[in-house]
Amino acid sequence: MTAIHTPTERVWWKQPLDRAELLWILIALAWCMVLFFMMPYWHLYGKQNLANEAYRTGPEQFSKLTDEMVSKYKVREEGGDLKVPVVHPPAGGDAYLIARLWSWYPILELEAGKSYRIHLMSMDYQHGFSLQPENINIQVLPGYDHVITVTPTHAGTYGIVCNEYCGIGHSTMTSKLYVVK
Amino acid sequence: MAVNRMFRTCPTTGLVFHQPAERLIIVNAVTAVVFLLIGGLLALGVVLTRWPAVHWLAADRFYQVLTAHGINMLIFWIIFFEIAGLYFCSAVLLKSRLATPRMAWAGYGLMLIGALVNNYAVLRGDSSVMMTSYVPMSAHWSFYLGLILFAVGALVACFVFFGTLVVAKSERTYVGSVPLVTFGAITAAIIAVFTIASGAIILIPTFLWSLGLISHIDPLMYRTIWWAFGHSSQQINVAAHISVWYAIAAIVFGAKPLSERVSRMAFLLYIFFLQLASAHHLLVDPGLSSNWKIFNTSYAMYLAVLASMVHGLTVPGAIEVAQREKGYNHGLFQWLRKAPWGNPVFSGMFISLIGFGFLGGISGVMMGTEQLNLIIHNTLYVPGHFHATVVIGTTLAFMALTYFLIPVLFRREVMFPGMAKWQPYVFGFGMYGVALFLMAAGTLGVPRRDWDITFAGNTFPYEFPGAAFLMLGLAGISGLIAIVGGGMYLLNTVGSVFLGKRVVTPGFAYVRAADGVAPAPKPVSAAITGHGSAVGAWGLVAPGTFSFAMVFLASFVLYYFINWKYLATVWPLK
Repeated sequence: MTAIHTPTERVWWKQPLDRAELLWILIALAWCMVLFFMMPYWHLYGKQNLANEAYRTGPEQFSKLTDEMVSKYKVREEGGDLKVPVVHPPAGGDAYLIARLWSWYPILELEAGKSYRIHLMSMDYQHGFSLQPENINIQVLPGYDHVITVTPTHAGTYGIVCNEYCGIGHSTMTSKLYVVK
Repeated sequence: MAVNRMFRTCPTTGLVFHQPAERLIIVNAVTAVVFLLIGGLLALGVVLTRWPAVHWLAADRFYQVLTAHGINMLIFWIIFFEIAGLYFCSAVLLKSRLATPRMAWAGYGLMLIGALVNNYAVLRGDSSVMMTSYVPMSAHWSFYLGLILFAVGALVACFVFFGTLVVAKSERTYVGSVPLVTFGAITAAIIAVFTIASGAIILIPTFLWSLGLISHIDPLMYRTIWWAFGHSSQQINVAAHISVWYAIAAIVFGAKPLSERVSRMAFLLYIFFLQLASAHHLLVDPGLSSNWKIFNTSYAMYLAVLASMVHGLTVPGAIEVAQREKGYNHGLFQWLRKAPWGNPVFSGMFISLIGFGFLGGISGVMMGTEQLNLIIHNTLYVPGHFHATVVIGTTLAFMALTYFLIPVLFRREVMFPGMAKWQPYVFGFGMYGVALFLMAAGTLGVPRRDWDITFAGNTFPYEFPGAAFLMLGLAGISGLIAIVGGGMYLLNTVGSVFLGKRVVTPGFAYVRAADGVAPAPKPVSAAITGHGSAVGAWGLVAPGTFSFAMVFLASFVLYYFINWKYLATVWPLK
């Protein structure tokens, strides 16, 4: 009988499989294994992975580290009256980026081809770090210092957009990131 | 207390309706449609604001409307309809009385109150926190309370469903195993219990926190548990709408499952693995290891994806076999060409199946791949994906089933049959456009849940490429088409149910069944008892469906590796 009736065969689990089904199950299973093993494969041979390096910390501690970086490596200010510092941290070193309602602080200036340990954390709500047009998207949580080791490839001016809804001013939470040669 | 044992038998389908079950199915389904109406009106606000050329609502109103749209559609419309479905799949398909109708009414009452309280909270204006309500952003306490009441009501309904299974078994209203569709409903209900438990574990503390009784809720813990509720609830929908596909294949074609064993095993895989899906939302979160992410996001090696791929073959495969037996045996696709494309029950179901597989399924695997999520997370790709799964998959399947229920359950004629014929196409293809263009905009980096992506007035604005604006415009037009399709459904459904011509059957009566035994059903005229030995090309019973499956696989493989290729061009990250 049909799918809305009880099965005609009482012992339906012993009925032989149809060839189309069996073939499809085997093909689909093989494909599922490819889907699965691509992830560990990319960890071994791919270049875009998160290391999942993160530390629990508080806003005071994170602000302190950010301010130290700003005072040491500030190269200029931008944004008119807002005077947002632009910071050029040493290549290979740590750089801090604060997400808060509704701005990013400070503006980082990185060198192409060099690696940086970028620390991301929110001071208040959840935010989303979205680097455009690279389209790298990372969740930013309060209380978690998330360390991402990144190597910018091309010089240019990039946009940072908050892509986790964070209240009425969400759309205004955009910033810049400079990559220089 | 005397048990109500009044039943009626549907003269055209032979389905048996227990009187209290019938009333509960009707009331839950009608309530669902009311929330669809609310959600649909809100959709207008979302569409007309995110379409940059229109940009209708102010920011605060937009976020409020978006919050309400998500919750009314994703939770209230779908779950009320699913509860109606659970009662249908237990009491009606098993020809049994519904266990404890009073408890079922109590569950309904709780759900209704919960839905109203939650909508009140959002209407207040201080709870525009989106459906996800991520801490530490806080809503009014009544926001969480409404959701908790609704969830408790839904849980009660699940247990009425389980109770009905017990009643049917002990009163021997059926012999052998439950029908496949009932089995699918059991899958949905089991996942629902897990889902609601997760919801309670996170929403109750969040409710207490909103009252100031708890000082702190860890945002990562919130996300992990909330998504065990938020994503698993979508797995209820998957199990439910796949059951609806099987039911429609049976109703329209008298199709017999290719094999009970394979389809049931596929449902079983859902129960085993779907609850791991919380990880899909946490792939770029700090504080979780890659091992955890990979194992969970892949549902332990993609076995739940395997299950969906199996259903994707067996549902149309069963239709193909039934059609070939009717003589539509020419070539690979005559069975499909000769399908009743003018019958909205079938066309809605088929548009739902193709859209769910090609748009929803494939994009879901992309987002759920640990590294690929980096180029997708929180972009418009995400709403693009779930409009393909939940709207094309679930909502459209439910709409298609409605056209069957109007004469059978409500005993009314469909008021505008011509409109009904076109409705699945207008709604379905409108929504195909929404899903595709939102995904395209997401691929270009456009964020979801953002009021203004021109960033006008910002100190450091970012300018998206022109193509992104084109995609948003096309998504807006598609969204309007889908809203028109939704309006056609609502008009026809509400019109037919309340004002439609009554289906009059001579000798109609509710008959009191002997204790413990439901009345004997009349034989189903359209039913086919077996699929014999009709074998088509390549020695397969369903060669047309199989070749479709191969096209699906080829698109899947191609698109998957295109995404890896795209990822490989992004800045190296460690």
